[in-house]
Amino acid sequence: MRNMVNLTQPYVDQFDAVKERLPGAQLPWLEARRVAGLARFKTVGLPTVKMENWKYTRLPNLDEPGFRLATWDDGHVAVAGVPAFFSDQTALVRLVYVNGIIHPELSQLDQLPDGVSVEPIAQVLETDPGFIEQHMGTEAVAYDQGFAALNAAMMESGTVFRVATGVVINQPIEIVYLNGGTAEPIYRHPRNLFVLESGSQATLVKRHAGISAGAYFNNAVTEIVVGDGAILRHYTIQADCLEALHLSSVHVRVGRDATYENFNLAIGGRLSRTETRVRLEGRGSHCNLSGAYLMKASEHCDNTTVIEHLVPDTTAREVFKGVLNDEARGVFQGKLIVHKDAQRTDGYQMSRALLLSNRAEMDTKPELEIYADDVKCSHGSTTGQIDETALFYLRSRGIPEALARNLLIQSFIAEALEEISDLRVREAMAHQVIHWLPAQCYFAEEWKQP
Amino acid sequence: MLEIKNLHATVGGNEILKGINLTINKGEVHAIMGPNGSGKSTLSYLIAGKDGYEVTKGEILYNGVDLTEMKPEVRAAEGVFLAFQYPIEIPGVPNTTFLKEALNSVRRHRGEEELDAMQFVKLIKAKAEELGIAKDMLKRAVNVGFSGGEKKRNEILQMAVLDPKLAVLDETDSGLDIDALKVVSEGVNQLRSKDRAILVITHYQRLLDHIVPDFVHVLAHGKIQRSGGKELALELEEKGYAEYGVAAE
Ligand SMILES: Nc1ncnc2c1ncn2[C@@H]1O[C@H](COP(=O)(O)OP(=O)(O)OP(=O)(O)O)[C@@H](O)[C@H]1O
Ligand SMILES: [Mg+2]
Repeated sequence: MRNMVNLTQPYVDQFDAVKERLPGAQLPWLEARRVAGLARFKTVGLPTVKMENWKYTRLPNLDEPGFRLATWDDGHVAVAGVPAFFSDQTALVRLVYVNGIIHPELSQLDQLPDGVSVEPIAQVLETDPGFIEQHMGTEAVAYDQGFAALNAAMMESGTVFRVATGVVINQPIEIVYLNGGTAEPIYRHPRNLFVLESGSQATLVKRHAGISAGAYFNNAVTEIVVGDGAILRHYTIQADCLEALHLSSVHVRVGRDATYENFNLAIGGRLSRTETRVRLEGRGSHCNLSGAYLMKASEHCDNTTVIEHLVPDTTAREVFKGVLNDEARGVFQGKLIVHKDAQRTDGYQMSRALLLSNRAEMDTKPELEIYADDVKCSHGSTTGQIDETALFYLRSRGIPEALARNLLIQSFIAEALEEISDLRVREAMAHQVIHWLPAQCYFAEEWKQP
Repeated sequence: MLEIKNLHATVGGNEILKGINLTINKGEVHAIMGPNGSGKSTLSYLIAGKDGYEVTKGEILYNGVDLTEMKPEVRAAEGVFLAFQYPIEIPGVPNTTFLKEALNSVRRHRGEEELDAMQFVKLIKAKAEELGIAKDMLKRAVNVGFSGGEKKRNEILQMAVLDPKLAVLDETDSGLDIDALKVVSEGVNQLRSKDRAILVITHYQRLLDHIVPDFVHVLAHGKIQRSGGKELALELEEKGYAEYGVAAE
């Protein structure tokens, strides 16, 4: 058996080789954080199924396909276009990255309202490094997560999104990450920082898509600060290709009377894991972490959440729904920690999975750690198949079986989509779901005449 | 139109139908009455094609073709319609979406043009109005949170939209208030024509005041025990099923 040193050593070597050309290399505080991140990574190591919160998700051998760190050239591979999401010009602003490099010709940046900025992190490290120094919390983020620690050392791309005090933007801001399309598999360590100052409101739509078939590995870390009274609606569409590996760890701090809404739609990727950790730090704060995933072939999707209620009167809601076909696997781990002072916490958690094949598998692990006494928390999970009675009802009205199944899958997912408060985004997500379906009519038989 | 010959069928290993013979011609309305558990719904499911209902002997012919070989959706497209005794709730699928998918599926099968959204809305609005169905019920998820009577009306709306050749109504009257019973019967009577056939399953004579049958059959112990005209229903109302070896409750 290989030991941990061997497993982490290639990354350490890599860091030494590239550190000079990483963004912000001239900043001593950043270098110190990178070095600390690397040290942390060496200690924590790569996740293995022996670790409690990784027990259902096994990483493939990363050396095998010969991943290399993305370069500037990878950001200039040919791109056919940006796949549509909204049916019209709903998004106010759009940033398009190709393998971590921003492409102004694909983006739309001229309509940014005052008090709002969306910029590549490399740029902000030049213009306003103090802002990043203030908000980037390397230690807490990397504490027990090897990959987040590695990201702290290696981070090379990503977005800084800032909304100033009291600024309210209704139209969504879209960030598109196009990945892959390179001859050899590449990996990247994007680092995002979203800061909503007090009383501001914004909607952010992040989309990940594969440029073409072929492997790539994203190891992203996102830190989010939702200031007092602010509202952030944060939506992610993960439509990576079949060979893609996508790890994302999201760290959120929510202030007094503030709301953080997160919805994650995953419709593709060999292995994807989104670990979202929310700290409800201000009284009256609320978070909604929900999502839907539709997986086929041997894709694997892991949604892991940790919500900490730190003060009185905080609420949290989670609704996850998944559809698993073929040999696909789904994982949901939801941990709720109610601290001693967090009286009148209200937490709701629901995870449901629909298995379309008897080879598909779902693992669910709810965990409650409650140290306060006046608390309302409920959780539930189900794993089931298509309801045969409903299927017959639809077919008895002339709807062919394949279409009837699709309708039932759509209706199953619809319940999760209802958690999305922005209706434009909800509708666009519903289209993504429909788009996933036809390819999935593996039951589809030709609509035959008798 | 429908010929059921010596039909034996099992459900979950139990023989429920034990030799049914029934012929329904175009233009006719038949009623089946019978005690609880006698196999009326079983018969209707066999006609519609529900899984788990197995024909062990005999046959069901629809316009001369063996119905049991057809998928449920093909039966529906070919004109068979079952109004369920217990309509199914389908969370997340709006009633209009369901009706539109159903109608267009059937139209595709029949080689007719699909209706676009505008044409469909027009049709559905008119039909819903005729049946006293509120707009709100069209928007809501199929049968979810509908009252018992609303669910039954919704069945009749589906029937009106799909325009079947053979309609089987399984206790569509139960749960309806007096006014709704009239509206629903009206809907069924509109379908009455020389090209269509209707089979109503009911426990109550009062439905048959509105939808006057040409024939009434008594189903008990898995067989048709007796057939007659509409006066048979009146007799059953009065005497119950004691004569057929079924104890009164
Ligand atoms: N899945 C099943 N497994 C075993 N027995 C069943 C199953 N479904 C129905 N039955 C039995 O078949 C018999 C006939 O049921 P059916 O629903 O056809 O009666 P019915 O005549 O429609 O009664 P009602 O007037 O109450 O609606 C009943 O005894 C019922 O318990
Ligand atoms: Mg019945």
